[in-house]
Amino acid sequence: MSELQAGQSAEPLSVPRAQQRSQRFWYRDLLVALAAFVLLAILPLFFGSKALLDFVIRCSAFGLFATSLNLLVGYTGMISFGHGMFFGLGAYGFGLIMQKTGVPVPVAFLATLAITAVVATVIGAICVRLKEIYFAFVTLAFQMLIHSTILSWVSLTGGDQGLRGGIPRPVFLGLDLSNHIHLYITSCALLVIGLLAMRQITQSPFGYTLRMIRDNAGRASFIGIDVWRAKLTIFVLAALFATTGGVVMSLFVSGAYPEFAYWTISGEGIFINMLGGISTFLGPMVGTVLLLILNDTVTRLTEYYGIVLGIVILFFAIGLRKGLMDFVVEWYAQRGGNGGRD
Amino acid sequence: MFSLDLDALTGCLVSPACVVTQTTSGLIIGMLLFLVAVGLTLIFGVLKVVNFSHGAFYMFGAYFAMTSYQLTGSFTLAVLCGAAGTAVLGLIFERVFMSQVYGANVLMQLLVCYAFVLIFDDVVRMVWGPEFKSMGMPAAFQVMPLFIAGGVVPPYYLLLIGVALAAAIVLGLGLARSRIGKVIRAAAHNPAMVSALGINTGLIYGGVFALGCMLAGLAGALAAPVRSLTPGMGFAVLIESFIVTVIGGMGSILGALIGALLLGLIRSFGSLGFPLFTEGLMYLFMVIVLVARPAGLFGKEIA
Repeated sequence: MSELQAGQSAEPLSVPRAQQRSQRFWYRDLLVALAAFVLLAILPLFFGSKALLDFVIRCSAFGLFATSLNLLVGYTGMISFGHGMFFGLGAYGFGLIMQKTGVPVPVAFLATLAITAVVATVIGAICVRLKEIYFAFVTLAFQMLIHSTILSWVSLTGGDQGLRGGIPRPVFLGLDLSNHIHLYITSCALLVIGLLAMRQITQSPFGYTLRMIRDNAGRASFIGIDVWRAKLTIFVLAALFATTGGVVMSLFVSGAYPEFAYWTISGEGIFINMLGGISTFLGPMVGTVLLLILNDTVTRLTEYYGIVLGIVILFFAIGLRKGLMDFVVEWYAQRGGNGGRD
Repeated sequence: MFSLDLDALTGCLVSPACVVTQTTSGLIIGMLLFLVAVGLTLIFGVLKVVNFSHGAFYMFGAYFAMTSYQLTGSFTLAVLCGAAGTAVLGLIFERVFMSQVYGANVLMQLLVCYAFVLIFDDVVRMVWGPEFKSMGMPAAFQVMPLFIAGGVVPPYYLLLIGVALAAAIVLGLGLARSRIGKVIRAAAHNPAMVSALGINTGLIYGGVFALGCMLAGLAGALAAPVRSLTPGMGFAVLIESFIVTVIGGMGSILGALIGALLLGLIRSFGSLGFPLFTEGLMYLFMVIVLVARPAGLFGKEIA
C-alpha cells in the first residue's frame, strides 16, 4: 500500500515534470550501479577467499531471479508460482547450446534469451488472463510440466542425473569463464546490468502502468490500456531476467540439474521477495542475501532445514506481515525522510 | 523424443480385459484424487483460500493409518484414525494460523501454507523417518481378485471406489439439503450477513476446513495399502488435485468428481501410450480446458 501513497505524491498529471524526474533518476541509478559494480569488482583484491566470491556469484543468480519475480509480484500484482521454470530453462538452454554447438558464450546467451522469449510468450498468453490464485497455480502447473519434460527427455537432458559432463566455456575476446575471477566479474556485470535494466522498466511510464494494473485493473482498462498485453509484456521481460539468473547458475555449477526447474525454486523466489520486502526495488536483493546466509547456516547446523525455514517464513508472514526492507523504509519515513520509495 | 507406444494403447483398447483393468486402475486414481480435490474445492468455495498445504494432510492421513494399523491390526480403525487425526490437525491449523491471513492478499496465504508444507514434511521425516514405507494390504482383502470380462479387479479397489462415491453423495446431498449445509452455503455467499444472524462463522470456517482436511486424510488412509509412503508424497497429489479443481471448476463438487475421473483415466490409459509423458498429458489436458473454458467445465465464472 505504500506505493499507493507514493504514487499520489508523484503528480502523474504534469508530464514534463515527470520526464525531468525520470531523467534525474536515470543518472542517479546509473551512478549507483557503476559504484556497486566497481565495489564488487575490487572486492577480490581485498578478500581473496573463494567462498566469498562463490557466495556473490550465487547471489547474482538468485538476485536476478528474485528481482525479476518482483516485477510480477510487487509491481504488477501477478503472483507467479512458476517463475522458477524460466530459471531452469535458462540453465538448461544455455548448457545444452554450449554442449551441442560450441558457439561463443555471448551467442549462446542471446540464443537462450530468444528461446525463453518464445516459451514465455506462449505460456504467458495462456496464463496472464487468469487472476490471482488461478494464475499462481497454472504457472505452477507449467513449471511442473517443464520439470517433468526435463525428467522424461533423458536423451537430451540426462533426466534426473542432470546435464553432466560440464559446460564448455571457450575463451571469447580474452574472457575466460573457466577462470574463477573472470566468472565472478561476469556474474557481477550481468547482475548490475540486469538490475539497472529492471530499474528502468519500473521507473518508465510502462512501469507506472503496471502499478496501476496492480492497484485497479478495471480502471486501467477503462482508460484504454490493453491490460492483457501489458501483463504479457512484463511476464516475458521478467522471464528474460530470470533466464539470465539461470545462465549464471549453470556457468557457476558447470551443469544444470532438474532441481533448477522444480517448484521449490519458485517457492524460494516468492519467499525471498517476502523476506526482503516487495515495496522497494532492492528488497528482493536484500532477501536473496538473507536467504542464502540463512540457507548456508541452517544446513550446516541441522538436517531439518524445512522446519527452520518454515518458522522463519511464518515469522515474516504472520508476525511482521512485511519484509525487512519494507520495515526499514517505514522506519525511515517516520523519521521524516521519503525513504526512497518508488 | 518421448517414447511413444501407440501400438500398446490401441492393442489395449481392442481387448476388453485390458480395458477393464485400465479403467478400474484409472477409477481408483480418480477416486483418491476426488477425495483430495473435493476438500480443496470445498475450502476454497467457503473460505476463499487455497489450502496449498492440502497435500500434507493426505500424507498425514496415510501415516496415521499406517501407525494405527500396526498398533491395532484393524483396518477400519486405521482409516478412522487417519480421517479423525487429520480433521483435528486441520482444525488446529485453521484456527491458529490460517485464520490470521483471511482477507490478506494471496501472497500471504500461499506463504503460510508454503511454510507448513516445509514444516510438515520435516515433521514426518523426524517421526517416521525419510525412507519409503509401506503399510501392506489388510488380511481381509488378500483374496482372489475378481475377473470381469477377463480383466483383473482387486476387491480392495471396489471398496475404495464405493467409499469415495459414498462421500461424494453424502457431501452433495448434505450441502444441498441439510440445515448445516444451507448455513455453509450461506456463509460462502455472505459471511457478514450470516454472522449478523447470530451464527458463529468462525466455527463454520473451522468446521469446513477440518472437513476438507478430513477428506484428504481419508484419501491418504485409503491409499496407504496401495501406495508407498514417503515424506513429500503429498505434493504430487496436491498438484494433481489442483489440476482437477481447475478442470472441474473451483468450488464445484460435481466438477471435482468429473475432473478427477477424467484425470484418472488419462493417467491409466496415458501410461500405456506415453509411458514417460503421462504427467505431461495431464498438464496438456488442463491447458486445453483452460483455453476453451477458463472457469473450468462446471465453474460459474472466474472471480
